[in-house]
Amino acid sequence: MPDSFHLDAVPIRLERCGKTFAGSARALEPLDLTIRGGETIVFLGPSGCGKTTTLRIIAGLESPDPGGRVLFGEEDVTALPIERRNVGMVFQSYALFPNMTVAENVAYGLKVRKLPRPERARRVEEMLDLMHLGEFAGRRIDQLSGGQRQRVALARALVVRPRVLLLDEPLTALDAKLRDSLRLEIDRLLRGLGITAVYVTHDQGEAMALGDRIVVMAKGRVAQIGTPREIYYQPADGFVADFIGTMNRLGGTVRGGMLNIGTASLPWSGADGAVELLVRPEDLALASEDDGHLGGSVAAAVFLGDRTRLVVEPTDGPALTVDTLGRSELGRGDRVWLRVDPARVLAVP
Amino acid sequence: MQTLSNRRGLGFWLQLGFTLLVCALLTVPMVMSMLAGLTANYFVGLKSGLTLRWVEEVLRVYSGTILLSLQIAFACLACTLVLGVPTAYALARRPGRIARLVEELLMMPVAIPGLATALALIVTYGGVGDLRSSWLFILIGHVLFTLPFMVRAVLAVMGSIDLTTLEEGAASLGAGFLRRFATVVLPNCRSGILAGSLMVLTLSVGEFNLTWLLHTPLTKTLPVGLADSYASLRIEIGSAYTLVFFLMIVPSLILLQGLSKRGRPSV
Repeated sequence: MPDSFHLDAVPIRLERCGKTFAGSARALEPLDLTIRGGETIVFLGPSGCGKTTTLRIIAGLESPDPGGRVLFGEEDVTALPIERRNVGMVFQSYALFPNMTVAENVAYGLKVRKLPRPERARRVEEMLDLMHLGEFAGRRIDQLSGGQRQRVALARALVVRPRVLLLDEPLTALDAKLRDSLRLEIDRLLRGLGITAVYVTHDQGEAMALGDRIVVMAKGRVAQIGTPREIYYQPADGFVADFIGTMNRLGGTVRGGMLNIGTASLPWSGADGAVELLVRPEDLALASEDDGHLGGSVAAAVFLGDRTRLVVEPTDGPALTVDTLGRSELGRGDRVWLRVDPARVLAVP
Repeated sequence: MQTLSNRRGLGFWLQLGFTLLVCALLTVPMVMSMLAGLTANYFVGLKSGLTLRWVEEVLRVYSGTILLSLQIAFACLACTLVLGVPTAYALARRPGRIARLVEELLMMPVAIPGLATALALIVTYGGVGDLRSSWLFILIGHVLFTLPFMVRAVLAVMGSIDLTTLEEGAASLGAGFLRRFATVVLPNCRSGILAGSLMVLTLSVGEFNLTWLLHTPLTKTLPVGLADSYASLRIEIGSAYTLVFFLMIVPSLILLQGLSKRGRPSV
């Protein structure tokens, strides 16, 4: 990637940014958040969780409730409308102009900025080449595929060298295969540009792959902020645990420094009483009857190629999902024993 | 295709026949009327010969009405564009109860008989300066009557595209309101604006109800003149007048149709 594409890494700070829409409940509880310069932060959550509202507040398409402030670096941009914030934005529906060609779409922001024509043409061409769109320069938008449109939207947002790149569910409208390849492309682009990026999605796979940090949101509140690993392995609560990946819940009791689950007693530090344990499917291992902790029978086995996902019904308690080797020959009705590694178990009181 | 066209059943011929019948029903009277305008003596019939005498007579006596009609139509178009497009935009961007109410109110002059609207205009504004004797008085009536057609046509197109997001896209690239309106909103509403313009021009040129009450002997439009000639002159002259009307309106219709086709995306 040429040096001229490296963009300034501007940090973003949100201070007490809440949003209440007229005649409805509060869409966003007051939020404090610092996004580091050059960081890619992903807002993740189900629809209506406030993630898009947060993005629109950063963009300048919504203003926060009184008292909230948005800062780009040291500059307070709260009062500036989007057209004066110098942000790049990619919309879920792309928002490309149907009355213009691909090149005209990309040139639009440069024209607004009154760049001289030769400079404009050079930068449009450069950007189209970077996004592998060179041959489509003269096409109309309705002659492009979904993936091509998405790349035009990215090119159009980036060519003006924005301070911040904002992406609102940019891959949702595409089919799965295209989504994967575009996700890689976006990842490469964001790393290469060094731009501060805010990405909104409801797809945890996208969030894990793209985010330096993920902000998990629910009902207008932040449920957890952390790196993808933190979110996955140390979910702050049951909601985050369930929303990210698959999580098993196991009931157990703690007595005198020992945790009792199934037939086993494991060393455990924690207060006495009943606990709910969270375990990932890959952290439950098949074992022999002698060193197994929980017995059960296979209710379903789904072959996924690289692994086989088993649903095991223990003697008591809810069904457990267990990931095992793809070559496993286990099938419905087989009796199995499971081992729990206490180091990989999370307790929710 | 070959096999399909060879197997045209009874249904096809029935439909074709019906379509042709409807077309004939609509066009035959017009053709008859135009022919009457070219016939030397209508009561004798076509065998009396064809002549341009009546057309010349109409142009001599009524050319003023024709020019005035065109003048009013284009002035009316200008007014409805300036008033109607921003109105449609406002209604599209702020949908809600008030927007619907405004839309309904805009339709009022269409729902109320033209004569009543005209009378109301005369009662209210007839005494204001020289307005009553000015062609502008007729223009006001025409704008009232045609504005909803412009607003509706533009609004329909604005409703079919995601205007809000398009504008947000333009704004994110730094475009202020006026630039967004000129470079994104207007071009993408082009087909609606052209359709609306077409309606406004034809409605204004052909408007009679309002105009009949609003006109003075010095501000006679084409349809009013037409009524005069039907009422008081030979039928050939009235028919020749109709012919002139057609010659005037049809080319502009075709022109506008062509324009609106070019504005549409080639799918």
